[in-house]
Amino acid sequence: MLERTGIPTDDDLEKIIPGKKRLARGPVVIIECFQKIPCDPCAISCKFGAIKPFKDINDLPQVDFTKCTGCGICISSCPGLAIFVIDMNYSEGKALIKLPYEMLPLPEKGEVVYALDRAGGKLGKAKVAKVLKIKNKTNIISLEVPKSMAMKVRSIKVEDKNNER
Amino acid sequence: MKMTDIAIIGGGPAGLSAAIYAASLGAKVTLVDDGLELGGQLIKQTHKFFGSEKQFAGIRGIEIAKKMIQDIKEYDNLEVIANATVTGYYEDEVITIVQGVNGDILKKLKAKRIIVATGASENILPFVNNDLPGVYAAGAVQTLMNLYGVVPGNNILMVGAGNIGLIVSYQLLQAGIKVEAIVEALPRIGGYLVHASKIRRLGVPIYTSHTLKEAYGTDCVEKAVISEINQNFEFIPGTEKELEVDTICLAVGLSPLSDLLWQAGCQMKYVPELCGHVALRDDNMKTTKDKIYIAGDVAGIEEASSAMLEGQIAGLNAAISLGYKCDNYQEQDRKLKEELKELRDNPLSEEIRRGVEKALIKEGWD
Repeated sequence: MLERTGIPTDDDLEKIIPGKKRLARGPVVIIECFQKIPCDPCAISCKFGAIKPFKDINDLPQVDFTKCTGCGICISSCPGLAIFVIDMNYSEGKALIKLPYEMLPLPEKGEVVYALDRAGGKLGKAKVAKVLKIKNKTNIISLEVPKSMAMKVRSIKVEDKNNER
Repeated sequence: MKMTDIAIIGGGPAGLSAAIYAASLGAKVTLVDDGLELGGQLIKQTHKFFGSEKQFAGIRGIEIAKKMIQDIKEYDNLEVIANATVTGYYEDEVITIVQGVNGDILKKLKAKRIIVATGASENILPFVNNDLPGVYAAGAVQTLMNLYGVVPGNNILMVGAGNIGLIVSYQLLQAGIKVEAIVEALPRIGGYLVHASKIRRLGVPIYTSHTLKEAYGTDCVEKAVISEINQNFEFIPGTEKELEVDTICLAVGLSPLSDLLWQAGCQMKYVPELCGHVALRDDNMKTTKDKIYIAGDVAGIEEASSAMLEGQIAGLNAAISLGYKCDNYQEQDRKLKEELKELRDNPLSEEIRRGVEKALIKEGWD
């Protein structure tokens, strides 16, 4: 249960994941925000009105998936690091996940890192397709993962050769 | 003796906000702060803030501090007395200030209004060996790590899954330190769940209904024993786990730092929802003493966004009470109070709302 462990359940996720058809059309946002807290930067960051404007600052984000282009500008706006973009159309066998990352060292483009699930468990290794440095220091990592892992992978672990703990 | 219109005690988010607002209306403001630098806890907050875009949402605490410290420099009518502790309040509206590293400079300041924004102190937890070196409060860990660039240890147990415990755990991970676990006595995570999820996905287990039982070590912490607890907060035998840690970080709550308000004779009330004794106040943040206002954690433990709004409300109303003019006072005042209400209008803030209600002096009170 999310509020006991910090890990969202399948029931939680079902409410926020777009339908198969939309996923098949290409990049789309997944907002794993399940608790009403006073916070609205995601809705304000969205230039397409896909994250609907909040009536109340405590609203949960509501996404109009038909308007979402998967641009990912909301990813680094989120103080909770709860926003991801998934592209199921990335290639024949792979999906692309864009995830927020505030750790050092940053991986390099092309580097192979561990792909972690929502509990920090290692699911396997995955290639970093892109590292986007953002001014507010919530950088965005694009990760190539098997399509079957696209809804499971939510973080990475970079092997730090100089400082292995 | 030095005279001022408004003395503000404490240069954290509430005090800085109050100072800027009052100074912007023309009041002569003196801000007294005990830190080596201004900003209170803000200067340790490397995470992005929640709240409304209208305030500072999405901005990191350290950046908010920088901006406010820059803003106060804009005002010739705003003076800062830094590295100074206010030690007393006297009936003729004089406050005494002890300044300097050795505390050897004594100053007196006469102020027409005083805004107390002294913040809070950290709570400690009783457990076997809690006096071993390696046992820290979360604020101390933040000071060491985020101000002075010193890591407190290599393997940490965090006690408390409120926002402070979660945020400091995340900052420890960013500093390359292993967080072995977070224990929380309550059956659910108290802080924002998005904070919990972002730590959990980096591999840190969060044990709710668990607490620290004892620490072991000869000269410093070498091991911690945690245990599951039942609904009555009693240890459940056989559920103990040993963790190899060299540091235990306590994030078990804060208490309002209200000594000055007691001494000044403000009417105080114990309000558990606000985490301790707080001064009764009206919706302008004025206490039962006409010349004393409060803002921030000293008025009840909350968070920085609401502290900044309370500071603005106190700064505005203290300046107005001295006859300074604000172009559209009614509108500004209403807007600030409305924003504060919105911030608290969520299920997590239910206790805060109840607490504020208990501490509020209603109109017609005398």
